[in-house]
Amino acid sequence: MIKVDHISKSFGKVKAVDGVSFEVAEGENLILLGTSGCGKTTTLKMINRLIEPTSGEIYIANKNIKGQQPEELRRGIGYVLQNNGLFPHYTVAENIAIVPQLLNWSKKQTEHRMHELLEKLHLDKSHLKTYPKELSGGQQQRVGLARALVADPPVLLMDEPFGALDNVTRSKIQAEFKALDELKRKTIVMVTHDVQEAFELGDRICLMDKGKIVQCGSPADLLFKPANSFVRYFLKEQKLLLEFKSVRLSDMEVKIDGVHSDDTVWSAMDKLKNSGNHTKELEQLMTAFYQYQSE
Amino acid sequence: MNEAQQSLFEFMRQQSDKLLMQTLQHIGLTFISLFLAVLVGLPLGILIARRVKLSGAVLAVAGILQTIPSIALLGFMIPVLGIGIKPAIVALLLYALLPIIRNTYTGITGVDAAVKEAAVAMGMSRKQILTKVELPLAMPVILAGIRTATVINVGVATLASYIAAGGLGEFIFGGISLNNTNMILAGAIPAALLAIIFDFGLSRVQHLKFKKLKSVTLALPFLLILLSSFYFIPSTYGSKLTAGFTPEFMGRQDGNLGLQSKYGLKINTIVISDAVMYKACYEKQLDVISGYSTDGRLKAYDLVVLDDDKHIFPPYYAAPVVREDALKKFPELEKILNLLAGEINDSTMTELNYRTDYLHESPEKVAKDFLIANNLWKSERAGNAGTVRIGSKIFGEQYILANMYSMLIKGYSDYGVSTKTGLGGTKIVFDALNNDQIDFYPEYTGTGLLAILQASPNTVNALSGDKDKTYKYVKTEFKKRYQMRWLQPIGFNNAYALMMRQKQASALRVKSISNLKTYLNN
Repeated sequence: MIKVDHISKSFGKVKAVDGVSFEVAEGENLILLGTSGCGKTTTLKMINRLIEPTSGEIYIANKNIKGQQPEELRRGIGYVLQNNGLFPHYTVAENIAIVPQLLNWSKKQTEHRMHELLEKLHLDKSHLKTYPKELSGGQQQRVGLARALVADPPVLLMDEPFGALDNVTRSKIQAEFKALDELKRKTIVMVTHDVQEAFELGDRICLMDKGKIVQCGSPADLLFKPANSFVRYFLKEQKLLLEFKSVRLSDMEVKIDGVHSDDTVWSAMDKLKNSGNHTKELEQLMTAFYQYQSE
Repeated sequence: MNEAQQSLFEFMRQQSDKLLMQTLQHIGLTFISLFLAVLVGLPLGILIARRVKLSGAVLAVAGILQTIPSIALLGFMIPVLGIGIKPAIVALLLYALLPIIRNTYTGITGVDAAVKEAAVAMGMSRKQILTKVELPLAMPVILAGIRTATVINVGVATLASYIAAGGLGEFIFGGISLNNTNMILAGAIPAALLAIIFDFGLSRVQHLKFKKLKSVTLALPFLLILLSSFYFIPSTYGSKLTAGFTPEFMGRQDGNLGLQSKYGLKINTIVISDAVMYKACYEKQLDVISGYSTDGRLKAYDLVVLDDDKHIFPPYYAAPVVREDALKKFPELEKILNLLAGEINDSTMTELNYRTDYLHESPEKVAKDFLIANNLWKSERAGNAGTVRIGSKIFGEQYILANMYSMLIKGYSDYGVSTKTGLGGTKIVFDALNNDQIDFYPEYTGTGLLAILQASPNTVNALSGDKDKTYKYVKTEFKKRYQMRWLQPIGFNNAYALMMRQKQASALRVKSISNLKTYLNN
């Protein structure tokens, strides 16, 4: 769906992005992970031409984005910002209706779609007439997501979408985000510096450093087949937790009563713990995990 | 003096027509220029917010304009735009520009970067971003700039009366010239109220919620145009000629009031400062002006004095005023000072003033040339028999006279001379004489009568503008009250006078004020 081909971007003498290539399949959720200044946000913003690359090409649905009107292109790509970027002088309803208005949707169509999204995103209708600053941080971020999704764009770009939220709100929204079927159909590129978030939400992760991609692969690939010491070092601190969260029972080829084979070790532990005394099953789970780990 | 006891309220009620007219003019001036300043400043502010490189230069120019003293700025405008509303509006516009440009720029560049990025990322065009995001969000800041500009304009618009553009300045500056507190307040209080009201109103608009702000912002241009039109509501009664009078002349019995009551003169009148009045008359923007009969510009601009055939202007004959004790100390002094008596008539004095004021010759040279031409000049003598101290007020004519007296004293006696010229106005130089800091200075009978002796209206009427009676009265009173003596008059009369261009006056066959009245009535 998205093909990024050897793009580079220089700001004066500084090379912010240096020959980055990757592809994102339709419906896939790709995470650009890295520390501040690694070039991940610059890479993201080149996809909707907020920043023009110094060299290299980007294709969306096999069409070079250079050949399209930037405004036209952007209207077909959802964009979610860290600080939500909601218009403070627009009500929630007006904020959500910006893109439909640009696309000349009918009022009825816009309203219908808006109500649909509100329900999915757990927003109350009474919020429609309020201004963004009257909402909580989590609600604002939901409105930001609704605004990006309203025109049902096939591609969604997200720049640290949960970065400004407190931990409790963040895990709650992340969970909702994962469960939202609206998002399962979308091709998503998300930028984050939060390793856990990357592993939780990403189908694939591209770890970046100094403008280059260090490793691109599934969460398990990064954990168990790190390309170099940088990757290993980057994940070191939270390695065990990440492993629990990324290894599925199906990966370990083990079956345990009361747990689905699609569950991760982490969620399996959670389920067992919450359903009475399952010491035996837990032991079985751990053994399988250590075996898998040492392979 | 009755005027001073009259209450402010009475004055305002009496002058309510004028007050209303001036207030409307003031509002009009303020908002015409404000409207134009918004038309110019808003796009400029938007431009420099887009091209930040230009911002330094544009803001610097607007900043420099702001630092030019308002009177000077009005002065610069006269050669280009003449007098009246045009230069006043341009000057006010230039003052209003800086806050509007700067606040537009600050407002737009201050819009949250995330909001701007979101707007771009959603596919808004540049124009949509400007009109739907940047301008609405910058509006409170822009309105704050307009608010500042409005208050500045209400203040500066008082100066518009200097160049005949009307406004509340007519009362304020007229009142200052006439030392009439009621008149000053009648102009100053409404001006202050206007500033407060507009400031308050705009502050309310500025703090409105976004929804309401939008509709108010749309209504603002219409409101500005409506308020601007106030300037044109006051209609002046038309006449064939236009007169320009100083604020002081407007309010004096021996000025416009006398012209109206004694001559019944009805002429379309605008108020103007004497600094630009003569030139404006020369440039045919005015036809009749109130000037001083020996002013050098009379000759420079080829103007002619109309005969005051009903004697409303009191005589202002010049003569040296000397302390009695100085006359005793310097026995030869009286004779020497009287050498000039009757030697200089109006046209001669005008000629001499013309040479200093307009040709910029030194007063010393002008004085010496005159004495030589009239066989009065003698070379300097010893100068060791004590020092005579001469004073003068701070204008050309007085400098010339002081120089003449200095040369005469040195040439005809052994006295030394020290001159203290440039002693400001009447009050300063007279106090210096009264306190024995100078021995004499040239004074005018009218000034002695009205400014120093502060004669009652009855006394002034009794003297009925007669030059000898006036001279005798001040001479007697000065001797009695201050032990000072008026010596013989020099000959010229530097009084108020109505003037016209020579050519026009002879074409219309107007020689006196009565002729003028007859011409206007036909």
